[in-house]
Amino acid sequence: MSDLTRAEVERVAALARLGLTSDELGKLQGDLNLILEQWSHLADVDTSSVPPSAQTIVQAMPLRDDTAEPSLPVDDALRNAPARSGDFVRVQAILSEEADG
Amino acid sequence: MSGQSLRRATATELRAAFQSGAATSRAVTDELFTAIEQEDGVLGAWLHLRHEEARAEADRADARYAAARAAGAAALNALPPLLGVPIALKDLVNLTDTPTTAGSRILQGYISPYDATIAARLKEAGAVILGKTNMDEFAMGSSTEFSAYKKTVNPWAIDRVPGGSSGGSSAAVAAFHAPLSIGTDTGGSIRQPASLTGIVGMKPTYGRVSRYGIVAFASSLDQVGPFARTAQDAALLLHSIAGADAHDATSSRSPLDAALLNLPSGDAAASAIRGKRFALPKEYFVAGMEAGVERAVRDAVAALEAAGGIVEEVSLPTTEHALATYYIVAPAEASANLARYDGIRYGASKHGGGDLLNGYLETRGRGFGPEVRRRIMLGTYALSAGYYDAYYVKAQKVRTLIARDFDRIWAAGFDAIVAPTSPQVAWKFGAKMSDPVSMYLADACTLPANMAGLPGVSIPCGLSENLPVGLQLIGKPWSEAELLSISAGYEALTATAAWRVVAPHDLAKLGGGAA
Repeated sequence: MSDLTRAEVERVAALARLGLTSDELGKLQGDLNLILEQWSHLADVDTSSVPPSAQTIVQAMPLRDDTAEPSLPVDDALRNAPARSGDFVRVQAILSEEADG
Repeated sequence: MSGQSLRRATATELRAAFQSGAATSRAVTDELFTAIEQEDGVLGAWLHLRHEEARAEADRADARYAAARAAGAAALNALPPLLGVPIALKDLVNLTDTPTTAGSRILQGYISPYDATIAARLKEAGAVILGKTNMDEFAMGSSTEFSAYKKTVNPWAIDRVPGGSSGGSSAAVAAFHAPLSIGTDTGGSIRQPASLTGIVGMKPTYGRVSRYGIVAFASSLDQVGPFARTAQDAALLLHSIAGADAHDATSSRSPLDAALLNLPSGDAAASAIRGKRFALPKEYFVAGMEAGVERAVRDAVAALEAAGGIVEEVSLPTTEHALATYYIVAPAEASANLARYDGIRYGASKHGGGDLLNGYLETRGRGFGPEVRRRIMLGTYALSAGYYDAYYVKAQKVRTLIARDFDRIWAAGFDAIVAPTSPQVAWKFGAKMSDPVSMYLADACTLPANMAGLPGVSIPCGLSENLPVGLQLIGKPWSEAELLSISAGYEALTATAAWRVVAPHDLAKLGGGAA
């Protein structure tokens, strides 16, 4: 693997929704390249006939009965919301009010 | 019991004293809060204390003991083992009406609206929950220096780290601020701080303890487990929190071993080591391991052998790839789990400037600290188009190979693997902060067990440079009772060893600052 460029680091930060300063991006570029270089030996491990494991303790994971149970009261669920409107979390508009066409 | 002996009593000793009436839970709770007030200004183990609620829980426990004493021995013995016993929770366990920060600014001010399953179980068991402890932000770190809130020091040397990420929980138990505490272990975050502070810490088998209500880091690896000062106490706490939970589909229905409540002690524990087969993996004595650590661990292995254990050197050849595999899988899962911190539903928020995308960028860019940002970046990159197969899928395949290495050990008839927990004793503050890879290497001996989902325990086995060294035992799935029985046996074998009777050197210095 070749080194991550500054543009790639900016693209990954955008994907991760991390707003970072120029200095922070520069530091991360150095850190990530150092870390990825250390991990490069993984490419040499022969895994051609090895299946991936999402987890290694394999056991039945039965679902619970599909019966209604009390859930968190609305006031409890909303108590940490930064902005609230009635029984809802208030968010910014994502559509403009001006109708198209 | 006097104040000092109350403060240093184990959970097992406290239970006996509560049953006989020699001590009350309220007296112990008051004693511990006094110690915390006098010493936490220096120790820095606690983020939140529950003075009123804990004292009310202690009073309720005392009332139940008094009623049971009046009703007779059967009623006393029927009381749950942790009734009235004080405990600390790592600050990523949701507990109704308490702050839960996970050591992060992005959760500053968050108040839990519900109990994690383990918190509900501890309340049901009548434990006295003293408060919440410091940690590396979102459990990412090996020294607790990545907490956004405060520095936690090691009671053995206050210029050194207590390990991490559960460093507040380990320091609290080592400094006699609580007999028990809860940690979480994704790559070593219980075992490594236990090793660095000279106490017992266990990561149970993946699935043994419910994670419902625990702030998630890497969901295929995270496990909750106990810190204590003895194997027997760790077993009591594990028994109280473990077991199937309808709210966590990964929690196991494997029956809990009743032996956890009746671990052997003394000569019976020591003689149980006879005939046990221990595998000593040569790859765990890694380059960079301190000579004093290796000496203490090899002495411990020799003690097991002298007690009739059969020790054979083995090879776990994929060990050298575990670190890289872990630091792809864990950040990848973390980048997905931490996507929920968006400033919309809870937590710190920088929304409101008019631009929705900018609100996300600012909330997350300012809310997360440097190590969490680094791991989110690493994980997002490993999962991104074009790199997913080379990093994430590759790591998932190597994980299979790591698990197969361990399977071969169990197929050969071994009862446990013995190894160092940490290649080093506690290091000085700042020593690893500038180089992320050197910090990651601190977990080289613990994270293979997480990759394979296996249970592991760290127990004190001596001192090097006057600082604690931990012996790690790794077992087959669901063998927690066996690992803790062996641990109790080792404790019995070394009960009179010179290093075991040494208290943390800097306890007296903790009282030097105002809380």
